[in-house]
Amino acid sequence: MSSAEAAIAETEAPPVETAIDLKAEYESSGVREVLEELDRDLIGLAPVKKRIRETAALLLVDRARKRLGLAQQTPTLHMSFTGNPGTGKTTVALKMAELLHRLGYIRKGHLVSVTRDDLVGQYIGHTAPKTKEILKKAMGGVLFIDEAYYLYRPENERDYGQEAIEILLQVMENQRDDLVVILAGYGDRMERFFESNPGFRSRIAHHIDFPDYSDDELFHIADHMLEEQNYSLTPAARAALKDYIHARRGQPHFANARSIRNALDRARLRQANRLFEQAEGPLDAAALSAIDAEDIRASRVFTGGLKSERKATP
Amino acid sequence: MRVTQGAFSFLPDLTDEQITRQVQYCLDNGWAVNLEFTDDPHPRNTYWDMWGHPMFDVADAAAVLYELNECRKVYGDNHYIRLSAFDSTHGWESVKLSFIVNRPKAEEAGFWLQRSETAGRVIRYTTHPYATRKPEGERYT
Repeated sequence: MSSAEAAIAETEAPPVETAIDLKAEYESSGVREVLEELDRDLIGLAPVKKRIRETAALLLVDRARKRLGLAQQTPTLHMSFTGNPGTGKTTVALKMAELLHRLGYIRKGHLVSVTRDDLVGQYIGHTAPKTKEILKKAMGGVLFIDEAYYLYRPENERDYGQEAIEILLQVMENQRDDLVVILAGYGDRMERFFESNPGFRSRIAHHIDFPDYSDDELFHIADHMLEEQNYSLTPAARAALKDYIHARRGQPHFANARSIRNALDRARLRQANRLFEQAEGPLDAAALSAIDAEDIRASRVFTGGLKSERKATP
Repeated sequence: MRVTQGAFSFLPDLTDEQITRQVQYCLDNGWAVNLEFTDDPHPRNTYWDMWGHPMFDVADAAAVLYELNECRKVYGDNHYIRLSAFDSTHGWESVKLSFIVNRPKAEEAGFWLQRSETAGRVIRYTTHPYATRKPEGERYT
């Protein structure tokens, strides 16, 4: 082809697409890896996974619509995570920033995690610049506000939380494609917070409740944690752990995954103590990483819990 | 006349979208972006007033555009606003890019040349901006 013909061929418009295969899009856009990683890393949490899957599907459809020349608007992505202690709210928020970035909804994908102290000032005129600085840092990423209900303190009239709330509401509405806000906290308190700030509730598109883990899921989580720390359970220990989880759930102040983590830490403590006192001769890596049933059975959970708590319950 | 200080000054005014792309380029390179304003257009006036602090820990251009719009609300009508990017890498440690993002609404009258005769009929030349005949804050109104 001569250069003139080649130039003419280049300036012809590319053929307009009329139909797009979503499955092919799914494979090629990297969304599959994101969802598979999600399934692997998070145990349980069915409503969360469902919502993320739906968001990923929306992304694919949005992309297809864009290629076909249809109008599209960035969806509102602000979220509120409620649930009991230890159900993974903070963990998922951390993951969410990365996920939304990989799905292409936010530009930078960094997470700025704040509590009330980072947003509210101590004297008049201090709150606005403080909140605006945090918002500027978070633009292009996710702002995670832990224990959001502390922002609003109705009983103290010298409290400047209301100012921070107003600035947040304004930015959440006007700069939806620049910033995603995730609130987290315990269910009943968040409910009260939303009641006194109806503006917040309407700006949050996704209210996700984190259910308590089941016994099997907690056991799976325990397995996961031990594997990361290079520990292993003997078969007797596995049975003991199952009994432990079942017994602990009934006792007060149960904090799901956090209670399990604490229990495993105590089991490691007892194992270390046992090895120290009873070992004769050198120990190999397997012996140092094995947690036995007695390390778990020694817990006070099997004898009815802490003495102070036992007295409290009838 | 149009004052031609800084990068892109011979081009027509940058749109907000173009400014965003420039700022994102600066931020991606890890430079700290800073906003300054002045109403003295003399070319040797290098120290303009700063708007807030240099934005060291900002990752996205939307935050800088937010500050720019706030600055425009206060000073946009009758001041020049420029954006500069500071590169702190060893060996450079100075401004890498600087361009005007806002010009006053009133027409820039320009500069007049002052000739002074010194010893031995030698002529020394100085430029003065017409704008500085009025006090600060009342120029370009």
